[in-house]
Amino acid sequence: MKFSFLYDIIIPGLIITAQILAVVLPVLISVAFLVYAERKVLALIQLRKGPNIVGPFGILQSFADALKLITKENIIPSGSNKVVFILAPIITMVLSLAGWAVIPFAPGWVVSDINVGIMYLFAVSSLGVYGIIMAGWASNSQYPFLGALRSAAQMVSYEVSIGFVIITVLLCVGSLNLSKIVMAQQTVWFAIPLLPMFIIFFISALAETNRLPFDLPEDESTLVAGFFTEYSSASFVLFFLGEYASMILMSSMTVILFLGGWLPPFDIFPFNAIPGVIWFTIKIIFILFLFIWVRGTFPRYRYDQLMRLGWKVFLPFSLFWVVATSGFLVYFDMLPK
Amino acid sequence: MYKIIKSFTLFELLQGLYLTFKYIFKAKVTINYPHEKGPLSPRFRGEHALRRYPSGEERCIACKLCEAVCPAQAITIEAEPRDDGSRRTTRYDIDMTKCIYCGLCQESCPVDAIVEGPNFEFATETREELIYNKDKLLENGDRWEQEIAQNIYLDRDYR
Repeated sequence: MKFSFLYDIIIPGLIITAQILAVVLPVLISVAFLVYAERKVLALIQLRKGPNIVGPFGILQSFADALKLITKENIIPSGSNKVVFILAPIITMVLSLAGWAVIPFAPGWVVSDINVGIMYLFAVSSLGVYGIIMAGWASNSQYPFLGALRSAAQMVSYEVSIGFVIITVLLCVGSLNLSKIVMAQQTVWFAIPLLPMFIIFFISALAETNRLPFDLPEDESTLVAGFFTEYSSASFVLFFLGEYASMILMSSMTVILFLGGWLPPFDIFPFNAIPGVIWFTIKIIFILFLFIWVRGTFPRYRYDQLMRLGWKVFLPFSLFWVVATSGFLVYFDMLPK
Repeated sequence: MYKIIKSFTLFELLQGLYLTFKYIFKAKVTINYPHEKGPLSPRFRGEHALRRYPSGEERCIACKLCEAVCPAQAITIEAEPRDDGSRRTTRYDIDMTKCIYCGLCQESCPVDAIVEGPNFEFATETREELIYNKDKLLENGDRWEQEIAQNIYLDRDYR
């Protein structure tokens, strides 16, 4: 067939752009509502009312805040490395959105259904640390630098146990494709047979997204605001969006690996009539509520405690579970074909 | 052994989560400030005011006790005899940016002329507006007289 500029470049390009927008826009809007939900839930836990002025129940508060931040002056410190300083929030933001390319929202609802989906997701979420390191380095200031160092060490430590958790799931599935991982949970969600792994994954996800009780990189009481101390205006918004988008990404990863993705809890009438994308959303909201709930409950870990938990508790425990799970699967001849 | 089981089942962490979950549904303590206000004591020390007698005559006799006692030296008074021979102030300034709201001026006043009223919402957009002169203080006195008189009445047993 003859190469045609219209049919080979423009139309597929438009379709891809539309697909990307269809994923990215809902994610960005849900980030706004996540920030609102976080403020509201934290307020309720602390016997306050939380935002309740802008819009009904204050639901438009995050949009007002975003407008305020974007119209402010963007200050670039004179001692900073300007290119890297501006690049860092963009990288954080792009990486936290790039992961969404492989997330299946419902059967077939996925931008790119690649066979190494989980590896891609793991790689993209690990790369997130580069944005933070670059921000800390380029700011040329003590607090961001310390925050970036802590963040790098923390994310590397917890990725190890996340890796082992993913391996146990993959042993039970026999595929790296995220849609296949979800379909393998039709009989039982992996959260039930692999409950300890689910809990380890959730706690490591907290550390991976720099959330309390592991938010040492942006520890207000010692590091001002950690790695984004020097940021203001639009670049601050990008960091903020990126951080919350990666929170949603991590919780959708949790849902896909352990809570059966778009599958209803029971495959009987009232449940399986609801479309898969709604189940997926409900599960993500549940995990995000857990994120916020944990933040409202626990104090921050000390840095050495954080490292001890990562290397001396989670790593041996998840390693043991990888061996135990694979031994169990081989012994009972349950390995996926 | 018991301790290990307890730490591996995250028992204490779950207890903490349960506690915060209960708090989500508790009644909230927030007051919607500009619409709702908290209660004030009759002794509340807010914005200053110079009071008048019911006849309309100003109470202040320019004894300058308040000026002398003021620890922040926020009060400036100048006085001379009026045409009818009574001693009155010609100038009575309070620098509200210096004032520490200690209430010593109202305690030292022998005629209850200078008082700190119940108003605490007197923020301004410029510093100059916070340097009060005699007219401003007398106007405050006229505006808040009812509340001030009520507060002095409620506090009568302790004076």
